[in-house]
Amino acid sequence: MAILVDENTKVLVQGITGREATTFTQSMLEFGTPVLAGVTPGKAGQSVYGVPVYNTVNSAIQAHPDINTAIVAVPPAATKDAVMEAVDANIGLINIFTERVPRKDVCQMLEYARSHAVRIVGPNSLGMCSPGKAKLGAIGGPQEEFNRAYSPGSVAILSRSGGMMTETASQLCIHGMGISTAINIGGDPVIGSTFVELLPLLADDPQTTVIVLFCEPGTSSEERLAAWMREHRFPKPIVAYVAGNFVDKMPGMRFGHAAVIVDGNTGSALGKVKAMREAGIVVVDNHGDIAGAVKILLEKNLAGGE
Amino acid sequence: MRLYEYEGKRILQSFGLEVPQGFLVKSPQEARAAANQIDGPVVLKTQILATGRGKAGGIRFAATPMQAEKQSQELLGSKIKDYTVDQLLVEEKLDIQKELYVAATYQESTKGRVFLVSQSGGMEVNKEIESSSDALQKTYLSPWIGLQPYQARSLAFSLGFEGKLNQSAQSLFLKLWEVFETLDATLVEINPLLLTRDGRLISADAHIEIDNDALFRQRDRLEAFKIFDRDDNTRPPTEFEIQALAIDKADYRGVAGRVVEFPGNLGLLIGAGGGSLTLFDAVLRSGGKPANYCEVGGNPPVSKISRLCKLILQKPGVKGLAVMTNVFSNSRVDFLARGVIKAMLELGIDPSTFPLVFRSAGAYEEDGYAILRMHGVRYFGRDVTLEDSARAAVTMMEGR
Repeated sequence: MAILVDENTKVLVQGITGREATTFTQSMLEFGTPVLAGVTPGKAGQSVYGVPVYNTVNSAIQAHPDINTAIVAVPPAATKDAVMEAVDANIGLINIFTERVPRKDVCQMLEYARSHAVRIVGPNSLGMCSPGKAKLGAIGGPQEEFNRAYSPGSVAILSRSGGMMTETASQLCIHGMGISTAINIGGDPVIGSTFVELLPLLADDPQTTVIVLFCEPGTSSEERLAAWMREHRFPKPIVAYVAGNFVDKMPGMRFGHAAVIVDGNTGSALGKVKAMREAGIVVVDNHGDIAGAVKILLEKNLAGGE
Repeated sequence: MRLYEYEGKRILQSFGLEVPQGFLVKSPQEARAAANQIDGPVVLKTQILATGRGKAGGIRFAATPMQAEKQSQELLGSKIKDYTVDQLLVEEKLDIQKELYVAATYQESTKGRVFLVSQSGGMEVNKEIESSSDALQKTYLSPWIGLQPYQARSLAFSLGFEGKLNQSAQSLFLKLWEVFETLDATLVEINPLLLTRDGRLISADAHIEIDNDALFRQRDRLEAFKIFDRDDNTRPPTEFEIQALAIDKADYRGVAGRVVEFPGNLGLLIGAGGGSLTLFDAVLRSGGKPANYCEVGGNPPVSKISRLCKLILQKPGVKGLAVMTNVFSNSRVDFLARGVIKAMLELGIDPSTFPLVFRSAGAYEEDGYAILRMHGVRYFGRDVTLEDSARAAVTMMEGR
């Protein structure tokens, strides 16, 4: 098992002829994830690393009815349209790579997907992977590099940063631990799948034993997670790290990702640490402490109890 | 992009909202002339892109044109919240019966928009949007369907407005919503909205923020109001930051920039996004004194890295450099190493003796490490944590 992506994943890349989409298409093929088709309006008949390009999502689906996952990597102004096209074609999982999509468009496309029961990850998401099974996007880079950070295992990572997801996986790998599924949820303020929306899937995933969260200041996603945890008994241990404490002292300034901005008392790193600790999450002070904390929890789990 | 109050009011007015009679002035003489024209007591409001100017002394009152001239003399050229004041809005002072609050904005927790109304003006909305304060009435709006007349009506009634006043409140709410929708705003806030003694609703302030990511489709509309793109932050950019931005803008490839100046002695070139947040924290926690914040990621070319690196090395007071990144996914370690060495050699700095910590890993790391070895530079790979690398950089700076 794993969540969202696994051995059954069959991918469509929207905007496949773009610079970055071409690169990650190659990276996914190298991994062994079936990329069945791509879409770039007006470029039907071309191919990218052997992947056929179609003009529309529907024509791609007609030729490849097994497609169940789409990656959207079109320019920001065209993103809402591309996402709606994928929703209308009944693709169940859409991973949005594009960043800097207008806020109104983001909210509209997320609402459209929600009303059609389609799951969105992103925007501004580098992708996700279930090592040994499937990979979306350029997560971990070339295959040889990917393997040095991600190996199959029982730790799930949900990260607001794509780069730090791989750093986190790399630290776990150095300490002999592997990954069930790692998801870069996206660095934007409004995203399709927040921590609260993904945790129930991990609760039900038999492969996942421990969950690691890479958190950042800004938005209320960690606070909402903590509130949710207090209402629901979550069956698996969670280790979290919150980067960017210095941002608390510089309200109104944006650092790193679009969502990283502290307003008044909302979204501060300190507030997130406090809320998550009160909800029973193990929050470590240093990123370098994550692997140690996870190891202890995994060993406890092997010993068969709390 | 945050708009100045006078720009916001220009927009509100064009959508049919009433704003106080006012003039934008740049000199005490103009202020006096404006007060003369208004022919009554006036308010002088500094035009800066910061919240809380009232408390910082940026709003004054004047009973006569003479006083207006004197007050503006004090305000113009002064510093309010780090901004040098060069423009004032001189407005008629209104006869107030009641101060209200009204705003439209996004709410990330519900992934939608909210329309906010309060009986009392003056509060800080950002603290209230995500909380469940009773003072603030929130109407949640679907991303596809904006404020409807029935919602505007019920809000007007909830404020206790009857008859004609109720009608004008409804119409004001709908117009404000139209501004929000039409301009791709992320915030339209009128605080306070004044109810005057003669029963008019007047927007006494205007705080409008336009979605930076929607500027591509709003430029023409904004330019019609003489509003042009600007970089906004909570303080004006420093000369150092302006230079760094120019380097980033000169080459679209990769992120190498987003520089913020700090007063310390340790120059930083750190991994982008979450990596920079982690590393900057780590440097501060170890007691380091950063000279700057600067992200690198998205595979910038050697030339861009070296230009940025040079800028940092040449910053007065910089005595050491830490180049640290998370394990790269799509950037190349050899480009990073090459860029740093190139900058040093071009500045006549010996990389083998200059205080330098290098921590990076990922694609082409062996090539990168080989370059560093060739120039006698010590480096760390993925087996050293980000915090340990930062600690090494801070230790290196001791006594310098």
